[in-house]
Amino acid sequence: MGDLVPYLKELLSLPGLSGHEAPVMDVVRRAWAPLSDEQRVSRMGSLEALRKGRGDPEQDAGASRPRPSILLAAHMDAIGMMVTAVVDGWLSFTQIGGVDPRVLPGQPVLVHGREPLPGIVVQGPDFLAPEDVHGRPHPLERLWVDVGRTAEETARLVRPGDLISYDTQPAELSGELISGHTLDNRASVAAVTHCLEILSRRIHDADVWAVATVQEEVSFGGGYTSAFGIRPDLAIAIDVCQAQGPGTSEAHIPHLGRGAVVGKGPNIHPYIQRALVRVAEEMEIPFLSRGMAAHSGTDAYPMQVTAGGIPTGVISIPLRYMHTPVEVVSLKDIRRVGRLLAEFITRLDRAFVDNITWDDEP
Amino acid sequence: MTDTSLLKHAPQIGAEAIALLEQLSNASGVSGDEGAVRALVLEQVRPLADSARVDALGNVIAFKAGTQGDARPKVMLAAHMDEVGLMISADDGDGLFQFQVVGGIDARQLAGKAVLVGKARIPGVIGARAIHLTSPEERRNTIPLSTLRIDVGPGEAASRVEPGDRAAFATRFRHSGPSLMGKALDNRLGVATLIELLRAAPENIDLTCVFTTQEEIGLRGAGAAAYSVQPDFAIAVDSTPANDLPAWDGTENARYNTRLGYGPAIYSYDRGTISDPRLVRWLARTGEEYGIPFQMRQPGGGGTDAGAIHQQRAGVPSVSVSVPGRYPHTAILLARLEDWQNTVRLLWVALRAMPEGLLAEE
Amino acid sequence: MKDLIEKFTQAVGPTGYEDAVRALVRAEAQPFADEIREDGLGNLIVRKGMLREGGKRIMLAGHMDELGVMVTHVDANGFVRFTTLGYVYRQMMVGSRVRFLNGAYGVIGVEPSTDSERVPRWDTYFIDVGARSRETCPVRTGDVGNFDRPLQELGTRLVSKAMDDRIAVAIMVAALKELKDTPNEVYFVFTVQEEVGLRGAKVAAYSVDPEIGLAIDVTDTGDTPKCETMDVALGGGPAIKVMDSYLVTNPRLVRWMERAAQKIGVPYQYEILTAGGTDAGAINETRAGAPSICLSIPTRYIHSPSEMVDYNDVLNAVRLLVELVSSPVVLE
Repeated sequence: MGDLVPYLKELLSLPGLSGHEAPVMDVVRRAWAPLSDEQRVSRMGSLEALRKGRGDPEQDAGASRPRPSILLAAHMDAIGMMVTAVVDGWLSFTQIGGVDPRVLPGQPVLVHGREPLPGIVVQGPDFLAPEDVHGRPHPLERLWVDVGRTAEETARLVRPGDLISYDTQPAELSGELISGHTLDNRASVAAVTHCLEILSRRIHDADVWAVATVQEEVSFGGGYTSAFGIRPDLAIAIDVCQAQGPGTSEAHIPHLGRGAVVGKGPNIHPYIQRALVRVAEEMEIPFLSRGMAAHSGTDAYPMQVTAGGIPTGVISIPLRYMHTPVEVVSLKDIRRVGRLLAEFITRLDRAFVDNITWDDEP
Repeated sequence: MTDTSLLKHAPQIGAEAIALLEQLSNASGVSGDEGAVRALVLEQVRPLADSARVDALGNVIAFKAGTQGDARPKVMLAAHMDEVGLMISADDGDGLFQFQVVGGIDARQLAGKAVLVGKARIPGVIGARAIHLTSPEERRNTIPLSTLRIDVGPGEAASRVEPGDRAAFATRFRHSGPSLMGKALDNRLGVATLIELLRAAPENIDLTCVFTTQEEIGLRGAGAAAYSVQPDFAIAVDSTPANDLPAWDGTENARYNTRLGYGPAIYSYDRGTISDPRLVRWLARTGEEYGIPFQMRQPGGGGTDAGAIHQQRAGVPSVSVSVPGRYPHTAILLARLEDWQNTVRLLWVALRAMPEGLLAEE
Repeated sequence: MKDLIEKFTQAVGPTGYEDAVRALVRAEAQPFADEIREDGLGNLIVRKGMLREGGKRIMLAGHMDELGVMVTHVDANGFVRFTTLGYVYRQMMVGSRVRFLNGAYGVIGVEPSTDSERVPRWDTYFIDVGARSRETCPVRTGDVGNFDRPLQELGTRLVSKAMDDRIAVAIMVAALKELKDTPNEVYFVFTVQEEVGLRGAKVAAYSVDPEIGLAIDVTDTGDTPKCETMDVALGGGPAIKVMDSYLVTNPRLVRWMERAAQKIGVPYQYEILTAGGTDAGAINETRAGAPSICLSIPTRYIHSPSEMVDYNDVLNAVRLLVELVSSPVVLE
């Protein structure tokens, strides 16, 4: 994937906050259209692209059993902020998704009013605040966005409900690392794109539904609804996970650049987890295993319990500084996740799906 | 006038049933890794049911049609197979492993316990700093989870332990006087209850017994199962805390939840479910008419699989009945044989003598 | 309209025990409904209209349940310990009157506290039903009651218990009566168990399978002394929900509601609620998705026994609701 970097940079330069994903969806659709047979937008706004299975003439001849189907879910929505009130030209705001207010003061942002307005998140001087917060971070409700316009102009251009997105530019760091806001989870969207590119040069039995889901950061809404609408034989969520970096010490957190992370735990069907590990080992794709004690924190959580239940897997890309505007991932890990998915799907046939069982027993 | 001769036909808990409970209690089945319990359940229910299958969440769904009449109500009973436990998160070397808690375990319950790790049941212990090495100040605080390790000893055993493996308490089941003691009696008591009811399935209903997974981490299995089963109504059979200990200041304990020896606990309201009032009245009336002891569980917190079941599809009227047990979510729970017997009896008699139009009344 | 409001707000229907409210709604709605049914959890589903060219299947949801109490224990001296059905502010409890479904009546008291600055713990509250012993107490564990408080008119403001969400029940019934002809298939769903997690709306949405969800519910205001910043005021018109804890409204639905309000000249406000949610959050994620929005009624002192709305907001909400469901839905 020669053009991973420019594609990813384009994804990272767009807003598309939870519930308002349209801007980024157009770019994803442009990338997926030539790699899939059909594309549609769900009622919730998720992009659902179907790449039909090929090969296995028996299936094509209208065999009684349908092709196996797999859903790849990568959420495209981003965390961000929303204007709650316009007070004498100052914008007060709330968060969409989990934002640590301590990283906000001094951030360049874009306010999506009647026209896009560059702005800054500001924290007032301590002497205007009660003494108990002097020298300490001010809470979200006491931060403002300043768009540098007159109060009248601001009131005309901005109103409650307008979105605020990070306006930090993506940057390439040394060692094949890339930084930007919304790598959570556009990095995974890029990995799925990479997977579809590889599949376009392969023969595979399975129908592949690539889904760029919406509202993962607020309610997992896209995961619930696309899985219900598509009802695949199995589903894999591709998302980012915490990576080792400054401020982390927990031994179970994986390192950046050491491969795809294959999740293991109650939110993951063990049959799929083992198959992913087997494929990674066979193809010598670097990977790490990680235990997830309960909630995987990904779209696999809603997908697993959709309707009568769907076997799910989780593959993660390690990421530093999650939910800040300067998230960092390794480009190598993105490519590995794309390859691992493609190799897994290439091997996916009806027999695999029929044999999905919980235990090693017959 | 109620014909109480029906009581004579209710299943009796004898030595065999207790032996089965012992096997179930000693088996490891931490949420998401219920395989060993599932194997025992399948072995039991396959000869009893018309059909038994394992679904995508690992639930066992066992169905037995009635023989009486032709418009039999479709009843779903659910009991969760999983137990709270631990998950290995990182290898410190030398046979020492970091772990996370799966489900709700009070950190004060862990130090000084023996555990069994993984499917191979590798013995391990969770130690604590010797009292000689601690200060009085230190002893006032809970030993932080982050300092605890599972110690399996160096060498061969450690090489078979990896992140994502579960560990369960190593407690052995005991039957002592009127009491049953063991780990995971929450909810192997429910599991054993369902097996006994299936063995003596009332012929007037179509009975589906669902042995669910992942209850302790968010009622994950039961919802998907109820979606497939589509029952007319459902009863979750579980274990509920008996906090019937004395208060420090000697005043009346008004927060016992349930009391040992007072019979099965009928739920009207917990955090996950408002029980269908018609089902509550039916169970209570059955207890009163047949002279089977029962208690109303104190409404409030907690929850059972009913929380997920009743919200499936267009809504499933649901209620829960639990065997009271002291010290749940610890290494050893204590219940009364008599309460278990009365739980089996109440459920069986209520189902067998179910009035027509149970759900028609307002 | 005021008669409807009084009738519905004064009915007794703690969450999970909505029977009395359901019976009242059914009686009002029956003559105007094309179809009426109840589901497994007790939602009342009233259909008006059949799908025609340009129409959509729309689910309206207003919840019938209100906050309540449930008995957990009766002590030796006849005092009743309880838990709440739905989220109740402890600081508003003492002196509240409780009416039990079996007719018993009581007043809430609290054990003395050593720390007057802090709100007492839940388990220090009790209900005094006038009994002197456990044996003579008229209620027992599992019995249910609600908070009793009459409707008062203060100028254009109306105050009552259970404005949340009987005001929506009244608005929906009024709209149903006014709705003459529509290309839409409109389901007026009077939901249960909203206060404990949007449970009724979730299963009702599954069976109705709507293309659009529209909840009607109360929302906070930012117009009382020293309250949190919120750009919603009593009397400023119905509010269009842009976001809350359970829902980011599809922007096309926000525009749909804006245009309808502009067309009929109803004032409106934008609502961003930072803590809380409505049935719209549940309908939104049903099946393969049903984009949803909430028409909010600005309300002060929500979840207290004295919730206040403005009568003009209520009348405007009826007009807006009728306009929304009587015309072809254009989303752009």
